[in-house]
Amino acid sequence: MVSADNIAGIGMSAPDHAAQPQDPAPRQVPGDLPGRAQQDDLLALLMRLGDDHLILGHRLSEWCGHAPMLEEDLALPNMALDLLGTARMCYGYAAEIEGSGKTEDDYAFLRDGTAFRHILMVEQPNGDFAYTILRQFFFAAFMHPFWQEMTGLADPRLAAHAQKAVKELAYHIRHSGEWVIRLGDGTPESARRIGDALDALSPYVGELFETDSISIALTTAGVLPDMEVVQRQFDATVAQTFRAATLPDYAPEFAHSGGRRGRHTEYLGHLLAELQFMQRAYPGQSW
Amino acid sequence: MSDANSELTPLWEVFIRPRTGLAHSHVGSVHAADEVMALQAARDVYTRRGEGVSIWVVPSASITASDPAQRDENFEPAASKIYRHPSFYDIPDDVGHM
Repeated sequence: MVSADNIAGIGMSAPDHAAQPQDPAPRQVPGDLPGRAQQDDLLALLMRLGDDHLILGHRLSEWCGHAPMLEEDLALPNMALDLLGTARMCYGYAAEIEGSGKTEDDYAFLRDGTAFRHILMVEQPNGDFAYTILRQFFFAAFMHPFWQEMTGLADPRLAAHAQKAVKELAYHIRHSGEWVIRLGDGTPESARRIGDALDALSPYVGELFETDSISIALTTAGVLPDMEVVQRQFDATVAQTFRAATLPDYAPEFAHSGGRRGRHTEYLGHLLAELQFMQRAYPGQSW
Repeated sequence: MSDANSELTPLWEVFIRPRTGLAHSHVGSVHAADEVMALQAARDVYTRRGEGVSIWVVPSASITASDPAQRDENFEPAASKIYRHPSFYDIPDDVGHM
């Protein structure tokens, strides 16, 4: 349970809970409209982040037992578990803020599709190995600078998690990036497959950087990284890897949207049917 | 794994140092296209439970191995020379673990 002080402190520039006389930000108490609005924004952010990681983690876990080689059969679920760890942090934190006795399982297993707030890219079916790897590369190239920026921001819980996530994501970029290079600069078949994956994924990348009133308010409050800063680093990472992979310059002209507002593709229902079956059929079951 | 895949992703032997001060020990092998991918595969396959602080990978083809058919002539002669083991000495307690 998070204390009232903690909630009021979220988004203020100093992570320290102690009131500092010289702190220019007005101290807010629960019940203040701005404080509550910011709390709602933080909850929305935690759902977006948590859902991105849960759904992509689930997609990755689908490779377990099916990857093209044993080494990747372990590498992909390794990354899935990192993502799941971040999802659990987000849901656990959200549950504390909501204070309604929910657990992380309630968010993962008992929400319907329209309540999920992840971007559309992560729910797309895995396709072939090239598609999965390129999607992972895009996601990691976004999340790594995202967490790097987050380490210096105002929410102590998110900033602390960012320290751990930055290390995980550095490996995800390295692993998926090295594969992108080898597929792009590999055999004719691997080059064709990564090229097809790039065509298919390009329209889903822009949603990573999408902003709305919630994200802008959070960035202004010093809780969420500036998306332009994150995008600059994303562009540099992608450009460097694509050059080595002999892939064309990356400049998508169109971006799908809707995931952040709960408008999803047909694939999410199927994914949730498998992800949520046990808790829906046998409520409250545990290991 | 098909022969074509084996050619594209040859075998690498993996050595891991469990902690600083100990020697790298052989733990197994991985298939990978090159040394960079071999290191990553070794990390993913063999260090999931915190097994190590350092990894070596070596192309399996670079290892020259003794011939199992020569096992007797290689190793039998040592079996009867137990005096080569310094096991007849009492080690003072102060020496500790040797």
